[in-house]
Amino acid sequence: MITELGHFALILAFGVAIFQMVVPLIGAYKRWPGWMAVAEPAAGAQFALTALAFGALMWAFITSDFSLRLVVLNSHSMKPMLYKISGTWGNHEGSMLLWVLIVSLFGAMAAWFGGNLPQSLRARVLGVQAAIGVAFYGFILFTSNPFLRLATPPFDGQDLNPLLQDPGLAFHPPFLYLGYVGLSMTFSFAVAALIEGRIDAAWGRWVRPWTLAAWIFLTIGIALGSWWAYYELGWGGFWFWDPVENASFMPWLLAVALLHSAIVVEKRESLKSWTILLAILAFGFSLIGTFIVRSGLLTSVHAFANDPERGVFILMIMAFFMGGALVLFAMRASALEAKGVFGIVSRESALLVNNVLLAVACFVVFIGTMWPLLAEMFFDRKLSVGPPFFNAAFTPFMVVLGLVLPIGSALPWKRAQIGRALKPLRYVFVLAIAVGGLAFAMQSGRSLLGPVGLFLGAWIVMGTVVDLLGRTGRGQGRLRRLTRLPRADWGKMLAHAGLGITMAGIAGITAWSVDDIRAVPIGGSVEVGSYTVQLDNVERLQGPNYMATTGYVTLFQNGVEIAQLRPEKRFYPVAEMPTTEAAIDYNLARDVYVVIGDEQDDGGWVVRTYIKPLTNWIWIGCALMALGGLLSLSDRRFRIAAGAAKRPTQVPAE
Amino acid sequence: MRALLIAFMLLVVTPAWAVQPDEILSDPVLEERARDLSKGLRCLVCRNESIDESNASLARDLRILLRERLVAGDSDQEAVDFIVNRYGEYVLLNPPASGSTWLLWAAGPLMLLLAAGLGYGYLRGRSTAPAADQTPLSAEEQARLDDILNK
Repeated sequence: MITELGHFALILAFGVAIFQMVVPLIGAYKRWPGWMAVAEPAAGAQFALTALAFGALMWAFITSDFSLRLVVLNSHSMKPMLYKISGTWGNHEGSMLLWVLIVSLFGAMAAWFGGNLPQSLRARVLGVQAAIGVAFYGFILFTSNPFLRLATPPFDGQDLNPLLQDPGLAFHPPFLYLGYVGLSMTFSFAVAALIEGRIDAAWGRWVRPWTLAAWIFLTIGIALGSWWAYYELGWGGFWFWDPVENASFMPWLLAVALLHSAIVVEKRESLKSWTILLAILAFGFSLIGTFIVRSGLLTSVHAFANDPERGVFILMIMAFFMGGALVLFAMRASALEAKGVFGIVSRESALLVNNVLLAVACFVVFIGTMWPLLAEMFFDRKLSVGPPFFNAAFTPFMVVLGLVLPIGSALPWKRAQIGRALKPLRYVFVLAIAVGGLAFAMQSGRSLLGPVGLFLGAWIVMGTVVDLLGRTGRGQGRLRRLTRLPRADWGKMLAHAGLGITMAGIAGITAWSVDDIRAVPIGGSVEVGSYTVQLDNVERLQGPNYMATTGYVTLFQNGVEIAQLRPEKRFYPVAEMPTTEAAIDYNLARDVYVVIGDEQDDGGWVVRTYIKPLTNWIWIGCALMALGGLLSLSDRRFRIAAGAAKRPTQVPAE
Repeated sequence: MRALLIAFMLLVVTPAWAVQPDEILSDPVLEERARDLSKGLRCLVCRNESIDESNASLARDLRILLRERLVAGDSDQEAVDFIVNRYGEYVLLNPPASGSTWLLWAAGPLMLLLAAGLGYGYLRGRSTAPAADQTPLSAEEQARLDDILNK
């Protein structure tokens, strides 16, 4: 009964979305206020109905309703409750329902918090957003309906992919989707502005919070996924340049570019058509990401559920939205003339450099991801493009970006003197070189990546601190002024410092990891660097829905016991899949990562030990980036702008 | 094809793990070279994993094969060529910049040149543009301004 209600709610939401797509757009064209005004209640209703449908599906998973085909395929009555809930989106149909739920959520948020937008722009934004919703409701209802019943329900289900039964991954898809789909909002704003034919500083300010929100979620989602891969896949890799990872990374890169170019639109009314193009492309890459994941076009470790026919449907959706938006862009872009005048050396041009680097880096990731396909189609060559290519072709862009960042953010708007901007940074530069040099001196005969990464990290972090201090002026009361800086300034500093910390972490884990693989008898031990890993015992245990082989490991550093570790090997009988649960001793300086393997003929066990320096910096940096975004999102000027209709606006001077 | 299928079945049924202790060569220099090389070779039955990371039995066979070649005195290049000759260039995770693949390698730098050129052109235009035309306020805006100022 609840399932049918959910199904019905979804069909109703489809109808509401069609209404919300057609009526406000006509209303905005004809300037009929009544027709424009229906967009807001429609957006709210659409969200409520989709939430009802999603809730009904979740209910079916929670109660293990095996008359539902989707529940049979992806759940099991013995599964822990958390994974019954996360099972709702751990499959194709459910994840598409989550996708469309978030589309409608963002639409509803724009309706609720968009009170300061001109009425016609708001109607158009909501209309375009509803159009995206319509495409995906159609996709769900016609090709991947989650509410299909089975005529003869089985006694139990086939279980969720065991790799997905993990807290990190339970929340990874919702965050990633909030990010992907959040970019639909910037897309809607861009298309609405193109239809409207008007883009000004106010548009830049309206679109920025949505980009920021999407980017925060994307950052958290990617970091969670990477962290999951690190501890779950069993060899401590954190990024594999897998097509599906790239699919989430490309929108992230473009969202970063968009965040920065929207600043130029907001402050200086320049780079308008480029910003619009970025907004369109960023969502385009989200759609490409969905297409890659859902079509199984590119082989990937993440391809859990896919189907070529669904891929074609998504390809059509993509062709329609990208084609339509780009045609509109080609027709209208020439009307968007820039207003600001600025010198070759200025904050504006530094932001332009940022955009060039990020967009080209995104292009490199894109072509590397698609190349196996292109090579097979056009050159009849079957080849692979793997991590070595991306490391070589992508990293230089990030190195240059890191080098330019502190300088660019120190430059003033309009016209700058490079010498004056560099002056406060010279000590920072010397210190950062010293840090890199120290790292170089301490290692011997290894790649340059480690020292370069540490230099960049130190350069960015200290550069942002100096930049922030520089904003407090001179003389008395600097501390007071520091605490009164706008939150956007703090956000900028935190996010930039987070990037530096992540870069240092990536350099650390990539350049200085040590591993050791050997068979250890029970009671025996392994020496790795200054650590001793002692295998005390191995037991076989029964988990709720798996069998586990657990190693009891004591970790010593220089002879002193520092941790008890429990690496596990699990076997899920229903899905017939093994997984590894690495035991990790976390620490700011390094992770000790222990994995237990198979029993050997002589009674010993395979023990893998990895020492991974600075690994946690990667995720701490990501957390700081997200926190910085959050601070910036809470900045006064967005809240004031929200009430601008009531009060005259006060703009903080940068 | 059948070998692949059997290898895949083995992967599903018996869990094995990446590099096993019995594969490791006693000569640490050779082993280091083998580890480095195997990070650049793809496991053919897996989804986008190198043979160093993969736990498929085919990956194990390739790791052992690679080590045998190194022990037999092959250079890095010869050992990799030996495997590429038998399994095709699909096994290389790092596509060599030869033939059409140079396009892939050149795409990034070329795009950077193009973008930098366009960006510089835009900057030149902006820095020499006449100051923005200060459009006078419309009557409506002027009225609102007066209203605010006189409050």
